Amino acid sequence: MSSGEPVPRGGDGPRRKKVVITGIAGRLGRVVARALHHDPRFLIEGLDRRPFPGKPKDVIHHQVDLRSKKARDVFRTGEVDALIHMGVMHDPRATTAELYSWNVGGTSKLLEYCATYNVPKVVVLSSANVYGPRPENPQFLTEEAPLLAAQRFPAMRDLVEIDHLASTFFWKARDIETVILRPVHILGRVHNAPSNYLRLDPIPMLLGFDPMVQVIHERDIAEAVTCALTPGARGIYNIVGPGEVPLSVIVRELGRRTLPIPHPIAKPLYALAFRLGLSGYPVAEFDFIRYVCMVDGSRAENELGFRARATLRETIRAVDDPD
Amino acid sequence: MGVTDWLRRRLDNAVEDRLGDDVGARTRALVFRGNEYGYDAYGLGRDHLKVAALLAGWVYRHYFRCEAHGIEHIPPAGRVLFIANHSGQLPFDGVVIGSACFLEPPVPRLVRSMVETFVPTVPFASYLLPRWGQITGTPENCLRLLEEDEAILAFPEGARGISKPFSRRYQLEHFGLGFMRLALATRTPIVPIAVIGAEEQAPAVNVKPLARLLGAPSFPIVPYPPFIPLLPLPVKYRLYFGEAMTFTGDSDDEDEVLEEKVRAVKHRIESMIHLGLRERKHVFW
Repeated sequence: MSSGEPVPRGGDGPRRKKVVITGIAGRLGRVVARALHHDPRFLIEGLDRRPFPGKPKDVIHHQVDLRSKKARDVFRTGEVDALIHMGVMHDPRATTAELYSWNVGGTSKLLEYCATYNVPKVVVLSSANVYGPRPENPQFLTEEAPLLAAQRFPAMRDLVEIDHLASTFFWKARDIETVILRPVHILGRVHNAPSNYLRLDPIPMLLGFDPMVQVIHERDIAEAVTCALTPGARGIYNIVGPGEVPLSVIVRELGRRTLPIPHPIAKPLYALAFRLGLSGYPVAEFDFIRYVCMVDGSRAENELGFRARATLRETIRAVDDPD
Repeated sequence: MGVTDWLRRRLDNAVEDRLGDDVGARTRALVFRGNEYGYDAYGLGRDHLKVAALLAGWVYRHYFRCEAHGIEHIPPAGRVLFIANHSGQLPFDGVVIGSACFLEPPVPRLVRSMVETFVPTVPFASYLLPRWGQITGTPENCLRLLEEDEAILAFPEGARGISKPFSRRYQLEHFGLGFMRLALATRTPIVPIAVIGAEEQAPAVNVKPLARLLGAPSFPIVPYPPFIPLLPLPVKYRLYFGEAMTFTGDSDDEDEVLEEKVRAVKHRIESMIHLGLRERKHVFW
């Protein structure tokens, strides 16, 4: 069900690399696709069950389910040079079974296609949240730290499992260059939990808690993905933004009011609000505004040559960028 | 928003007024690796530090009237691990050592102490302590900070030391080995410190059945209201900084090998404690 006409390869110069992006229709997917589309080295194909409005003409979009046979055909017939897997569903309202089947089932299918049809490069966008916010966390977690997010936060189990699937794949398929990126909170026009949270007014905070947080601009994610596509790059990398700040500083920078809630009542209150449909926040996420979950990004800087370009102020303000 | 901003400004001005020339200059002279918002990677905030300096300076100079000996042993720069005896139910020994390093030497030194991992779960303490330069006590944090040439304060006796009853004053508890492994791994000199006075700030007995009932490591009771140690008595503190000790060896050595090195530090602190107790004429002045 591909739309748009395939662009003939070749012409002068080296062959353009065919990059398949899952989750391309999401906001972050579009940011990454746009950045790679500007790069003459790459030819972009999208794989998403949602439509991709405003798609550039020479981007091919396959509007199919990751788990379907048609998704397999994309890899079978396509001579795919790289897969960027960002098609992780975060919808807190979806059922656990649906999320599990899509996220974990979909990812394992994709990795299977890559192994079968010799895709030489696989980039999986995981998250630094997989380490989990915990009071006993060191200030900066390295890539070797255990992924403990699911301990306190069962809803994170899928994301942890995707990360584990990808790292198993990294060890199993040694002829494939697998890169797992674990970025910190992505801010921008994206509709993810941290950006949505910071767009609230007033912003609920836990009384007496103001953890240090790391943020990264959505455009820097595109940059990190580009670094990961460099031939030879493989491994697990924490991706950090321009620095660390207390949560309250972000709130003040955005000029929002805060709503401090004592933590013993915050969880029951928001659990009720969530069930009534008044709030979109699963209460387990409150731990992210209570404890630190920060990572050390020096490996990505040294080995991938990745450094965030946006300044702290630009990154924070990005949540209010007009569409 | 308006009210909190106004309060913040008022507080800031009040702090600036009371800091005085010396402490104010020291706060400004401190080497600080902050970002554009005035915070460093560990959550230390320059504005918060002023408040801490003001409070700790008052506690140091007026409440405990601290006397510090061997100031010349505080290195002006470079990584260093301060190792001290821990006592007195309330962690004022940490405050006093931190203040001494900040107020006494020609160049102010910021000392970071390692706080227990339950602190991040306590409202307000969870963020105030990091703003004042304290960090969660994990080996990773300590290693990273020493490699960044910072000064760390550690109490190898830990909770055993601070919660010990009055009857065992100035008897050192077992020293953990962790600090020695970190010192060896980062080739950090150790400056031993003897704290005299803290043992008498809250003379306590430990009510073991109550502690067991509450699942706490100890339940101290003091002979003055409110009978639980909340406020320390205004004892006089005396600090003795010893000469820096440098150790070499493998940080992954057997416990027995490290034990010997740790004993050297412990003995040095013990002998400084004995010296301090001999020199002391009275607990309160």
